[in-house]
Amino acid sequence: MIALLIRDMRLAMRAGGGFGLGLAFFLLVAVLVPLGVGPNSTVLALIAPGILWVGALLACLLSLDRVFALDFEDGSLDLLVTAPIPLEGVVAIKALAHWTVTGLPLTLVAPVLGVLLNLPAEGYVWLVVSLAVGTPALSVIGAFGAALTVGLKRGGLLLSLLVLPLYVPTLIFGAEVVKRGAEGMATGTPLALLAGITAGAAALLPFASAAAIRINLR
Amino acid sequence: MSLWEYSNPQKFMQLSRWALPWVAGVSVLCLVGGLIWGFFGTPDDYKQGSTVKIIYLHVPAAMMAINAWVMMLIASLVWLIRRHHVSALAAKAAAPVGLTFTLIALGTGALWGQPMWGTWWAWDPRLTSFLILALFYLGYIALWQAVDDPDTAADLTGVLCIVGSVFALLSRYAVNFWNQGLHQGASLSLDKKENVADVFWFPLLVCIAGFVLMFVALVLLRTRTEIRLRRMNALLARERMG
Amino acid sequence: MMPELGKYAGAVLGSYAVSIALIVVVVGWSLWRAAKVRRALAVVEARAGASRNG
Repeated sequence: MIALLIRDMRLAMRAGGGFGLGLAFFLLVAVLVPLGVGPNSTVLALIAPGILWVGALLACLLSLDRVFALDFEDGSLDLLVTAPIPLEGVVAIKALAHWTVTGLPLTLVAPVLGVLLNLPAEGYVWLVVSLAVGTPALSVIGAFGAALTVGLKRGGLLLSLLVLPLYVPTLIFGAEVVKRGAEGMATGTPLALLAGITAGAAALLPFASAAAIRINLR
Repeated sequence: MSLWEYSNPQKFMQLSRWALPWVAGVSVLCLVGGLIWGFFGTPDDYKQGSTVKIIYLHVPAAMMAINAWVMMLIASLVWLIRRHHVSALAAKAAAPVGLTFTLIALGTGALWGQPMWGTWWAWDPRLTSFLILALFYLGYIALWQAVDDPDTAADLTGVLCIVGSVFALLSRYAVNFWNQGLHQGASLSLDKKENVADVFWFPLLVCIAGFVLMFVALVLLRTRTEIRLRRMNALLARERMG
Repeated sequence: MMPELGKYAGAVLGSYAVSIALIVVVVGWSLWRAAKVRRALAVVEARAGASRNG
């Protein structure tokens, strides 16, 4: 299992692997939004939680089609299905690998972008906490979308259409945590709900994803 | 004589052949009758003025938008468990109808909200939930279109429908949570039947019946089309091989 | 005959117009597609019948 994890991470980090692309996109969002919305710092402070979360979400989306597609194309997915590890475990590992090279870097870089967007001081801790808790859900849910579309040639856009609505609860609660934190209010409820979604998704979605992969490999 | 008999495509075609005209006919009667009754025969609401007349479209459409998805969920489960093709095709057939109802609910909701709240679009929890539901419908329909093999498509869309249902419910609660601060209590839909006076309630009931029957008629019609399409593709495949 | 819609006429009539238009579209499209597929199937079935008997 660890071998699979390391292999996937190494593949992602190699040139052309897409690592850094998500981060660059995240940075772009943080730069483009003030350019579009205007430099008014009060406005930016208000929308910063949402923008940071939407940016993280979209950046995660970018590298999702790679999660299974590369292995599908060169036949290694067929081998993984027959491996001694259950397919659900393979899916979970791949989602974890995706998170390590996408969600985790985003979480660590986010405070810097928070500065660009004028995030109030109390919000920074909650920004990192909410992203740390929520981005794993994005990877797991994204892996499900990737499993559904793995057999399709131009699956990227369809993948986004399928996955983005599934991201809505995580987005709402994640952004809410940062917003409340920035205002100094209690963040317990949305954070608990966010964690619940991540836990539930991580526990259950790999089964649906594995089913989708088996269907696609028939 | 169990319901499962109609999972046989031929039996389904036989049943739907005679049922369809009747269902469609009664649906038209209920719709036209109910809408005319509601539009011309009911008074204005003291709070909402003549916009209350919009409930005869908004409420049935919203109800059916949800019910259509529930039907798709059940049909998907039946397909995944019992492998009855009619079930999978019925789910496929229902989706565009459900999407249309969702759009009607959104359009009437926005138009109703405009004079009430002064904006063309309000991020009211219910409207927002329906907007998200529309996206779920679109994704489901798009996946059916994208996958070539019909059985693979049926399986994948079935799984999507199930996972989507869970997230649709989660989204509903998330959106309520998200909108707690604004417009508390001033939701557009008259969902508590006790709050709707009798004079509005009876024409509304007729309209709801009309929409339900319209959904059934359209699903019967569209499933017949899908069954024929499947048969045609099977014949074409045989031609190509033979 | 027409009820007094007052200032909400636009919203009410607009709602009815949009809804009826969408219903017409989905019904019309469903009927059109049904006819098209039925005709196409008839053609293919005739060919299959002919090749079996011919």
